[in-house]
Amino acid sequence: MSDKKPERREFLFTASYAVGAVGVGAVVWPLIDQMNPDASVKALASTEVDVSTMEPGKTITVLWRGKPVFIKRRTSEEIAEARAVKMEDLKDPQKDEDRAKNPEWLVMVGVCTHLGCVPLNDKGDYNGWFCPCHGSHYDTSGRIRKGPAPTNMEIPKYEFVNSNTIKIG
Amino acid sequence: MSDHEYTPKSKFGKWFNDRLPLLSLASHLTDYPTPKNLNYWWTFGGILTFCLITQIVTGLTLAMHYIAHADMAFESVEHIMRDVNYGWLIRYIHANGASMFFLAVYIHIFRSLFYGSYKSPREIIWILGIIIYLLMMAAAFMGYVLPWGQMSFWGATVITNLFSAIPLVGEGIVNWLWGGYSVDNPTLTRFFTLHYLIPFLILGLVVLHIWALHVPGNNNPVGIDIKKPSKDTVPFHPYIVIKDGFALLMFMIVFAFFVFYTPNILGHADNYIEANPLVTPAHIVPEWYLLPFYAILRSVPDKLLGVIAMLSAILILAALPWLDTSKIRSAVFRPLYKQFYWILVADVLILGYVGAMPAEGLYLLIARVATGYYFIHFLVVLPILGFKEKTMPLPLSITEPVLGGSPMASAVKKKESLN
Repeated sequence: MSDKKPERREFLFTASYAVGAVGVGAVVWPLIDQMNPDASVKALASTEVDVSTMEPGKTITVLWRGKPVFIKRRTSEEIAEARAVKMEDLKDPQKDEDRAKNPEWLVMVGVCTHLGCVPLNDKGDYNGWFCPCHGSHYDTSGRIRKGPAPTNMEIPKYEFVNSNTIKIG
Repeated sequence: MSDHEYTPKSKFGKWFNDRLPLLSLASHLTDYPTPKNLNYWWTFGGILTFCLITQIVTGLTLAMHYIAHADMAFESVEHIMRDVNYGWLIRYIHANGASMFFLAVYIHIFRSLFYGSYKSPREIIWILGIIIYLLMMAAAFMGYVLPWGQMSFWGATVITNLFSAIPLVGEGIVNWLWGGYSVDNPTLTRFFTLHYLIPFLILGLVVLHIWALHVPGNNNPVGIDIKKPSKDTVPFHPYIVIKDGFALLMFMIVFAFFVFYTPNILGHADNYIEANPLVTPAHIVPEWYLLPFYAILRSVPDKLLGVIAMLSAILILAALPWLDTSKIRSAVFRPLYKQFYWILVADVLILGYVGAMPAEGLYLLIARVATGYYFIHFLVVLPILGFKEKTMPLPLSITEPVLGGSPMASAVKKKESLN
């Protein structure tokens, strides 16, 4: 058999299987994709927040895409503390300057990167956040310092629409 | 499947049975030869069938009143508890029924571990059982999400986030599971759908599990092959039916105690607070039956490795028939295995205990040691034990130790030395 050239019948089998596989894939994909975030969920992609009344040291939590976002107006000590940290002490090295463009304002997704709990403000060994679920400690820049979380808390896309309003998303 | 010929007595019965052999099946199930030395640990198969049917019946009735919507789910559960006729009873049976189901399945699994029921020729029965166990965990987890309380919401968040540990595609998978960017209404509706589906998948697998059991027949406390039917067996009906029925009644007393006297003791008070995506409860714990695996997850300081360790702890059971190299089934004749068996039982209980405690200090240390030992038991102890252990002589039949006055191996040994 092995010396023989591919026959007409073998070609037909292969072609039939290939067409069949594409057909099955085309039918299965909509059934899988229907579970992905739908248009109405995606439409809620941005949130505007008025921060004019916030005192230094205060943190507010707003809901964006169903997730909490922390907006913290940091004190000068907290900024100094965040900027003084050496890169080699960090599990996920990232400069504070890259995380807070305007050093006074830290805007980040308030979700622990371990398993998605909401960390508590002004707690933990690094004066930042502490996750009560599995004990991750974050610093005043929201960077992971101790515990099981693999990465720093995520910084969402945001901008200052004017000096009083932050637009997240 | 049928190992004997059956002919219905009536003419109509014969006509029907020739076209659909249901009567042959009924006859097979009635006459099914069962080892006569089965003890009460063998009654949990029947008890588990009862649990499954209870969950399906109470679940169907609850679904007539429950509303799977993030804004209405919590309220509809309170509506069931306060307004629906006997709604409180049906919901408490369903919620405690899940715990009773797991209690029975753990006894059933540890019965298999002690008497070596997973060994050849019963590997397929065992693997089907592990699949049923995995589906039970999925069903229980999704069911716990449906009341949309704080523990529902945050439990769902933590467990679905386990998939985010997968490199590259993890986040995409989690968003796909959620149908959004966090646990929300789309998550609730699909969990309800799957929670409704899984029990029927389990029912189908239970049929296969029993079918696979009826090919070699039951293992037994002595763990030796028996001829069937012979003097070593009794017909399933009435002998085992009565014994299973009696054990089921005892089990139902325990079940009823929880339902009527402490219906909330196995739950968590935080789940009577409606889900709030902005506040995580101070201490998230899963239901008691998942605690040992939760302890394994938390004992590993790395996220991905923690998830892998937890999944391996369950999947390693599927490989058990090949990890245990001993040809002797029952621990009765394996003096060393018997000791390691009880150490494993203690290890799992310890993991369950530390799983409920905060993951810090001494608890974390204990969790790490216990996690390490869990894997050592399956990957090191069991393979080596099969070669090193000096087992006791097996009796020639299951009747022999009984006639010798005691089913204990020592008695058999004494009898042999007398000969």
